[in-house]
Amino acid sequence: MARASKTVNGVQLTAPPQELVREPLVANQRGLGWLSDAVAGISERPTPKWWWPAFLTSLGLMTVCFAMIAYLMSTGVGVWGLGHPVMWGWAIVNFVWWIGIGHAGTLISAILFLLRQRWRTAVNRAAEAMTIFAVMCAGIFPVIHVGRIWFAWWLFPIPNANSIWPQFRSPLMWDVFAVSTYFTVSLLFWYMGLIPDLAVMRDRAKTKLKKFAYGLFSLGWLGANRHWSNYEKAYLLLAGLSTPLVLSVHSIVSLDFSVSQLPGWHTTIFPPYFVAGAVFSGFGMVLTLLIPLRKMCGLEDVITMRHIELMCKVTLATGTIVGYAYGMEVFIAWYSGNPYEQFAFWNRAFGPYWWSYWIMLSCNVFIPQLFWFKKVRRNLAVVWVMSILVNVGMWFERFVIVVTSLNRDFLPANWGYYVPTWVDILTYVGTFGLFFTFFLLFLRFLPIVAIAEVKGVIPQADPHHPLGGAKPGAHH
Amino acid sequence: MSDIFPKWTNRLPALVLAGVAVMGTAGVAGAWYYFTPKYTRVGYQPIQPVNFSHNIHVDQVGLDCRYCHNGVEKSWYSNIPSSTLCMNCHSQVLKDDPRLALVAESATTGKPIPWVQVHKVPDYVYFNHSVHVNRGISCVHCHGQINQMDEVRHAQPLSMTFCLECHRDPAQKIRGLEHVFDLNWQAPSPTAQIDEGQRLVEEWNVQKLDNCSTCHR
Repeated sequence: MARASKTVNGVQLTAPPQELVREPLVANQRGLGWLSDAVAGISERPTPKWWWPAFLTSLGLMTVCFAMIAYLMSTGVGVWGLGHPVMWGWAIVNFVWWIGIGHAGTLISAILFLLRQRWRTAVNRAAEAMTIFAVMCAGIFPVIHVGRIWFAWWLFPIPNANSIWPQFRSPLMWDVFAVSTYFTVSLLFWYMGLIPDLAVMRDRAKTKLKKFAYGLFSLGWLGANRHWSNYEKAYLLLAGLSTPLVLSVHSIVSLDFSVSQLPGWHTTIFPPYFVAGAVFSGFGMVLTLLIPLRKMCGLEDVITMRHIELMCKVTLATGTIVGYAYGMEVFIAWYSGNPYEQFAFWNRAFGPYWWSYWIMLSCNVFIPQLFWFKKVRRNLAVVWVMSILVNVGMWFERFVIVVTSLNRDFLPANWGYYVPTWVDILTYVGTFGLFFTFFLLFLRFLPIVAIAEVKGVIPQADPHHPLGGAKPGAHH
Repeated sequence: MSDIFPKWTNRLPALVLAGVAVMGTAGVAGAWYYFTPKYTRVGYQPIQPVNFSHNIHVDQVGLDCRYCHNGVEKSWYSNIPSSTLCMNCHSQVLKDDPRLALVAESATTGKPIPWVQVHKVPDYVYFNHSVHVNRGISCVHCHGQINQMDEVRHAQPLSMTFCLECHRDPAQKIRGLEHVFDLNWQAPSPTAQIDEGQRLVEEWNVQKLDNCSTCHR
């Protein structure tokens, strides 16, 4: 392979070898105008054929979710499979699972922003939307698992006729504050990032209603220098605010378990291990959503193979951290010499729920190791299936933590076997309806890629690029 | 953007803010007033099957509470007297009065008079009458001035706040045992109440007892 070289001022400059050249973040030399058309066009074109069946299915499932909640409220928690000694079941598993999925959005939008990872721009909008909808699904479970749902407002510190406050020393209370803060900040961050793009949608809108709606939510954005200056500062501030939240929320969720004194729960590794698992499952979900999405919306040049590969690498890294945590838990159980701790972990791997432990290990630790291979990372079908397995594994991780720690109490008289009921299962399946109903509405009405941000990282945005710079007559 | 938004929309943010403020205040004030036991319970005064007046029996005749509610010092429950107890007097006083026909009938047949219960605490609340009246809590603290009522009325909210006000600071209510059944008694001054209350709290070793399991067992 002959490498191009030229001599400048007597120094011979050689172009880097082909395999070291970075793939551009927007492929096929697509320009700025093309990008606006490609992204805004998704919601401007007539509704695609696949959208309605997908939306109606999601809507149906969402109805199932609410019907199950109504049944639960009218009948009582007995409709779930909970029973002595397993008093926490699918509701808590699903809560932790959904809230974990939410973590990728904030990580991509905040931490990767602060780390100057420019590739985040193509995926951050959809990932943040995923975060918000996942937190909504997660929020349902702690509220409905309290049994008397009409008293759930007692979780909030509101002055009341009982003259008492919630128990501020309980991690369940910290959860309320952590999750509600997380939801609020994520929503604000997402919405603020949307403002310049909503203005684009407003300016391109044809109907009066669309002009009004996009106009209302774009808050009078004109793209003026002052607007951009304020926007960039606010974005940086919100990124700074969200960054600790990525770490704090799942740490606090993990304290729900580790503050208690149950073998298998009472460990100091829980907060970092939960955060790694959350990012792992979040990236799994982002891949699951974006691989079909880029195809269906014609965004292969924006969400490129390079993006997919990078996300696979994050998944590999976090999956390996999770694997290390599993190993360390087992090691500490042995090293501590505590027979109860040892029994809890023996019971996980070889007790009545042995299958859930091995599904967890396979999906979270063994299978993601395939991402070491570039061939695997570049095979969309394989990546997609593996991304789903990541979330299967992460669901089972929470199942293992919640159920196997509870089902063998200290006395054999308090041993039991937990089985979910059809209500448990349909409630969980129904939350997918809720998630996808919102996600499909998001696809249909909002710009699913951050147009303004991608324009900033497009090769042509670089003044030194052959096609770039503010040359007279340049196309914008 | 003048072609998108008509001029009146300039006033919209202010209107929305004002609306939120008004509705928010109304919502909070409404819940504050209507959704508490102060509103839902106080003033409840059902019509009883017999037109019994506590006012006549206590203030005019001079009966002690314990003549009829004779279990109150010994039991968690302050009993409703049986109709035979009424007949101790009413076999001679007003014995043919039609207003007492039901009492006489009940005393003969043994079928109880269907009194309507006025004061109720939820079944998840454990309440013991004897421990209260034996430690200086008067009937009047929870039931109001029953001695002045012709028909019994719910005088206090009996909400958790109501219980906790006293449980968190018993000295403000506790009185000497000689005044427990004297519903008209009041400490000579608020400071005298506190001084005497604090003395009794110490003497009787009254604890604050504001744990959940004090009442929710």
